[in-house]
Amino acid sequence: MSTDVLMPALSPTMEEGTLAKWHVKVGDSVKSGDVIAEIETDKATMEVEAVDEGVVEALLVEEGTEAVKVNAPIARLSGGEGATAPTPPSRPVASHPPEGGDKEVATPTALSSPSGGGGPRSGGGGDTAEKPAGDRILSSPLARRVATQRGLDLAAITGTGPHGRIILRDVEAAVPSAKAAAAKPSPAPAPKSAAAAPEAPRQVKSLEQMGIPAGSYDLRPMDGMKKTIARRMTDSFRDIPHFPLTVDIEIDALLAARAAINTLLAAEGVKVSVNDMIIKAAAAALKRVPDANTSYTPEGIAFHHHADIAVAVSVEGGLITPIVRAAETKGMAQIASEMKDLADRARTRKLKPEEFQGGTFSISNLGMFGIKAFASIINEPQGAILSVGAGEKRPVVRNDQLAIATVMTVTLTCDHRALDGAIGARWLAAFKSLIENPITLIV
Amino acid sequence: MADSFDLVVIGAGPGGYVAAIRASQLGLKTAIVEREALGGVCLNWGCIPTKALLKSGEVYDQLGHLDNYGLAVEGRSYDFTKIIERSRKVAKQLSAGVAFLMKKHKIEVVDGVARLEAADGAPRVVVAVKAKGERTLTAKSVILATGARARVIPSIGLEPDGDRIWTYREAMVPGTAPASLLVVGSGAIGIEFASFYRSLGAEVTVVEALPRILPVEDEEISGVAHKAFEKRGLKFRVGAKVTALTKTKTGVALILEAGGKSETLEAERAIVAVGIEGNVEGLGLEALGVKIDRGHVVIDANCATNVPGLYAIGDIAGPPWLAHKASHEGVACVEHIAGVGGPHLAAPIPGCTYSTPQIASIGLTEAQAKKNGLEVKVGRFPFRANGKAIAAGDTEGLVKTVFDAGTGALVGAHLIGAEVTEMIQGFALAMTLEATEAEIMATVFPHPTMSEAMHEAALDAYGKVLHL
Repeated sequence: MSTDVLMPALSPTMEEGTLAKWHVKVGDSVKSGDVIAEIETDKATMEVEAVDEGVVEALLVEEGTEAVKVNAPIARLSGGEGATAPTPPSRPVASHPPEGGDKEVATPTALSSPSGGGGPRSGGGGDTAEKPAGDRILSSPLARRVATQRGLDLAAITGTGPHGRIILRDVEAAVPSAKAAAAKPSPAPAPKSAAAAPEAPRQVKSLEQMGIPAGSYDLRPMDGMKKTIARRMTDSFRDIPHFPLTVDIEIDALLAARAAINTLLAAEGVKVSVNDMIIKAAAAALKRVPDANTSYTPEGIAFHHHADIAVAVSVEGGLITPIVRAAETKGMAQIASEMKDLADRARTRKLKPEEFQGGTFSISNLGMFGIKAFASIINEPQGAILSVGAGEKRPVVRNDQLAIATVMTVTLTCDHRALDGAIGARWLAAFKSLIENPITLIV
Repeated sequence: MADSFDLVVIGAGPGGYVAAIRASQLGLKTAIVEREALGGVCLNWGCIPTKALLKSGEVYDQLGHLDNYGLAVEGRSYDFTKIIERSRKVAKQLSAGVAFLMKKHKIEVVDGVARLEAADGAPRVVVAVKAKGERTLTAKSVILATGARARVIPSIGLEPDGDRIWTYREAMVPGTAPASLLVVGSGAIGIEFASFYRSLGAEVTVVEALPRILPVEDEEISGVAHKAFEKRGLKFRVGAKVTALTKTKTGVALILEAGGKSETLEAERAIVAVGIEGNVEGLGLEALGVKIDRGHVVIDANCATNVPGLYAIGDIAGPPWLAHKASHEGVACVEHIAGVGGPHLAAPIPGCTYSTPQIASIGLTEAQAKKNGLEVKVGRFPFRANGKAIAAGDTEGLVKTVFDAGTGALVGAHLIGAEVTEMIQGFALAMTLEATEAEIMATVFPHPTMSEAMHEAALDAYGKVLHL
């Protein structure tokens, strides 16, 4: 029985690459870990290791072939130990590139890919590769539900039911054992959890290996939201060439305008927050500088038609970013009422997926916590995220005189693939101008 | 003949013979000792022959209601001897089937009475082989599967007299059908015989010490059963303590106390069905130091007794006294002995009563669930709202489901009605697979069937019932 070796995805967004060089030829025996090829992407050239053992039966793609789609068969291994390889994967056809994101290495027979610096990518790939199609965790419906209710990660639980299925008693036993770990030293479940969770972005060392003894902490398993945040933020911070741009903005005029608006519209029950005005200003600035309302894709830069502003809302156990759609077309009163509704439902976790997926630009405001300045991590596939600090009275120099003004510091973190520094700076200038001259927000 | 085995099973009832088959399948050299007939009480004096009797009663009953279906028959009558003969024939056929299975699996059947003696490792089994003297069997493991028998209370006359006072055993093969009958005890056995003899026209009174009939069932089901049986002409005395059962010139007299008053009931015959006692005597268990509690051998999750190499399964190891529980334990025990079983799985055990109407249940009653501290969601669906039941003229009864409101786990199901004993396994499967209400609701039930009431009862628990 032979096994196809598939074109690996070397990054979450990779859809195709160039097969730069073969290190093996037909008839060679390979074993797990052998470098068999070099793959070139727009970012780097990487060596590819074999995952399975076997004899190279055929090289299906010639050296130097460009635009080999991820998951397309590139070689065939035969016989030997390779026969024990997991069931051949269902192969996405070359004309159907997988969506980016989750499918780092989509199939068990795909190759692992140690990157130049021995970076985290190899771990993620290797993990997935070792786990055959049976990545699905066998568990009973009741076990799943109770695990969810208790915030337990099924991947960290050992099943004692038929075929290792996780049944209720395993979930119930999981709670005391986690607590027991605190009471008496026993192997920390952390490494097991990290190894088994397919979502784990990379193989991390156990806390014990890193000098933190078991029993000195309580382990709280991550729920789906936490896991998603961990995965997406790691991917983003690792894979996006990001840079921050910071500017100070005076907001006295904005505060005065807000007070006026709220006084005049109080009868209508409208209450606009500073954040609502920032959303409006950000959307207006994106309209003025459309180059900043972009996403990087391997096919090209996507220029979004609307400013769909995702706003980070802190919720119990994590955060979520509901979206004000086409905010550039909406008035402040409408933005305020939409935001209130979205935030309320975000906190009760009642948002529909389409209400928090797919924005074009994000705003994260930690001003209410007194944070002066910070640089957020980009929310893929958006091109930029604005981090808003606290508005505070600061000395400013005006006509060579010291004066007092209410100032907030904002930082725009940009995806350098989508927009460069000058574009970010132009956007910040537009944003600053809109905030400092709030009357222009109505234009 | 070699007398050294991997496994010796004592008792060839549904626990023992199934354990022996599984052992043989797993390559264990196995012998089974039986003092009476292969198949044990279940096949010979319990489950199977009573089902044959009840079927006769049920068909006879239906003949009396043919006009409901637009039919008529002249001269309804029965031949009691033939009814009994049929029942015995069915038992014999199945017992022969067990003999065939033993032969097929190369299990040595030893015909005799066994007792145990201490030995290195598992106890030795000494068998008084019928008419052939003694034979000693050694084995790495021994499984006790000697079953149980009707509990008797001689001090107040609750014991068979070989004539007018019966246990299930005598009640299965009487010479004539009694015109009147007293049944002491309203568990499954008492109710089944009451139902059978009532079908044949006897005046039947069931006496129960507890406040309701079928005391192990859900209270609501007991109530529905009580009314349904009364409609069929059965009489009940609940909360009635029997103080004496005696013979009279013409039959039997039973003195009971209820509500502080003493009362005497008379009938031609009486059936004693006041429970079950494990067959723990004469096996040498005391000498071995086998732990016994209230007439039953004490076992752990793997059916092991406190004596190394000695196991116990089925009725001798305690309630519920049900054939399928014995078989299940037999398989699990043997797999544990052979080292092939996974971790012990505690599957819920359904219970069935084959009266008219039938009763079937699994898991916790509503009251038990609440007592266990669960917040429950209870669903009900009556067969009178089920299309198939209406078409079949079987609208009596209902399906009741009990869910744990916290997790959605199905923790109990209770059914009364026609053929519900054939439906309960749907809930058994759901519970063993640890289904929640969502999976049961998402399951497609065929239409038209009575089983749709199971679906509706689950829907009802969550306010989603469709046909009410």
